[in-house]
Amino acid sequence: MKQKHLLDLTVKCVERINEKYILIKLTDNAPLPDMAPGQFVEIRVDGSKTTFLRRPISIHYVDYEKNELWLLIALVGDGTRALAKLKEGDILNVLLPLGNGFTVAPACEEETQKDYSVLLVGGGVGVAPLLYAGEVIKKNGGTPMFLLGARSKSDLLELDNFRAIGEVFITTEDGSEGEKGFVTNHSVWNTHNFCQISVCGPKPMMVAVAKLAREKSVYCEVSLENKMACGVGACLCCVEDTQKGNVCVCKDGPVFSIDKLKW
Amino acid sequence: MAKLNVNIGKLELKNPVMTASGTFGYGLEFADLVPLDEIGGIIVKGTTLKPRQGNDYPRMAETAQGMLNCVGLQNKGVDYFCEHIYPEIKDIDTQMIVNVSGSSPEDYAECATRVNALENIRAIELNISCPNVKDGGMAFGVTCEGAASVVKAVRKAYDKTLIVKLSPNVTSITDIAKAVEAEGADSVSLINTLMGTSIDIEKRKFNLSIGTGGLSGPCVKPVALRMVYQVSKAVSIPVVGLGGISTAEDAIEFLMAGATAIEIGTANFLDPAVTKKVKDGINLWLDNHGIKDIHEIIGVL
Repeated sequence: MKQKHLLDLTVKCVERINEKYILIKLTDNAPLPDMAPGQFVEIRVDGSKTTFLRRPISIHYVDYEKNELWLLIALVGDGTRALAKLKEGDILNVLLPLGNGFTVAPACEEETQKDYSVLLVGGGVGVAPLLYAGEVIKKNGGTPMFLLGARSKSDLLELDNFRAIGEVFITTEDGSEGEKGFVTNHSVWNTHNFCQISVCGPKPMMVAVAKLAREKSVYCEVSLENKMACGVGACLCCVEDTQKGNVCVCKDGPVFSIDKLKW
Repeated sequence: MAKLNVNIGKLELKNPVMTASGTFGYGLEFADLVPLDEIGGIIVKGTTLKPRQGNDYPRMAETAQGMLNCVGLQNKGVDYFCEHIYPEIKDIDTQMIVNVSGSSPEDYAECATRVNALENIRAIELNISCPNVKDGGMAFGVTCEGAASVVKAVRKAYDKTLIVKLSPNVTSITDIAKAVEAEGADSVSLINTLMGTSIDIEKRKFNLSIGTGGLSGPCVKPVALRMVYQVSKAVSIPVVGLGGISTAEDAIEFLMAGATAIEIGTANFLDPAVTKKVKDGINLWLDNHGIKDIHEIIGVL
């Protein structure tokens, strides 16, 4: 497990992607700590009267050369809207890195790195942790591919950044970009084989992808986002009912192999 | 540097700042974030004789300046604690205290007996006030007879420092405090969470799986402070105060109201290093006021 830190990070910029999403880039004077793809951070939101607890946010990307941590955030409530008002130079108190991340290397030595093809499936703002995961898989010699689903074209985020790492397949519910339908309807499932599927998005989407992965007998893992408080496995609020009983999503997840879940 | 050490029964604390059960895990979860040896005491997660799965998700709802939880005493049972967790925590340089819960006086006593055998656990906090379980917990803590029956059974089985955690969900908390004092409790801690609820108006459903939960956080502080004051006047054993403490000033209010030590709970979720900040803040406040020993402010009201 990576060492946890409580840091006052400096806002480098807040990019408004569109009316629903922002991208915050944070930096620090000291080198940022080691973080794994799929791990998350907990942010203290100071500018919102109704936001009492920290907010868990996935690690979107870490640029160690520029010493930047990127967070892709959907504006859903008072807390996230307060984050959208941050300006360059503002300080954000961040607890990081938390939880266990995605698998980013072949599970067994027989699989040569060249054959390590991974489909990273994201829905809505659930695409956030997949960018960093894809990059590390690529660095490890694997072949990351992205299957990104959204309601509409305007909900597709950071496409150029994903395309810089691997092939990108798209579905939209209204057909305004890519293939029309849900991620499970995409033709890539018939044309490509994968040795791993990693998913982050709304629960119905993850359940559907997990079902498909089971049919194809491909290893599949999903990233859960149960409501949480402490982020470190102390309060036992964010539990998921697994094959081993109730376990904390914050500490034992947020990424789980579907074999450990009851769905 | 003022003298910060206090005693709860035979239990010596290097400073009066402890962590509340269920908010700090077993301490280890926070080891990267705060020096554990600077905390006066760590009260670990509620432990029962048999393992418990707790309540279904969702177990938490955010409220104005606080949160509701209905975790329901999820834990792996006292034997797992003794075999697997105790060896990991026994050498942490602070007082490790086990919060004990049960569903009958015999359960509580058996659980306490097993913890009694652990050399480096010098106190237990008896939870007769959990609002989130049907069988036991608060059922004992809301009547003088129920509270007395549990304390009586545990007192026979446990010879180290016995702290009894009281529920605020009662008509007269001072009567309950007096009842447990009469049965030999060394100390009372208060308050456990206040029962409450919250509703999702779009789904027309409760936000918590069992409908209700326990309210904690700064919003409960005035209620807790009032109860600590009343109880400290009613009993002669030391009182441990908790409920919404998140700053040194909050802690000093509780000390002045009559608490000999305090616990920090929900604030650990907002700032995992809050315990050290409160301890340092108390020390600074005492220095700034020329006070040499913390006992000079305990119960001054």
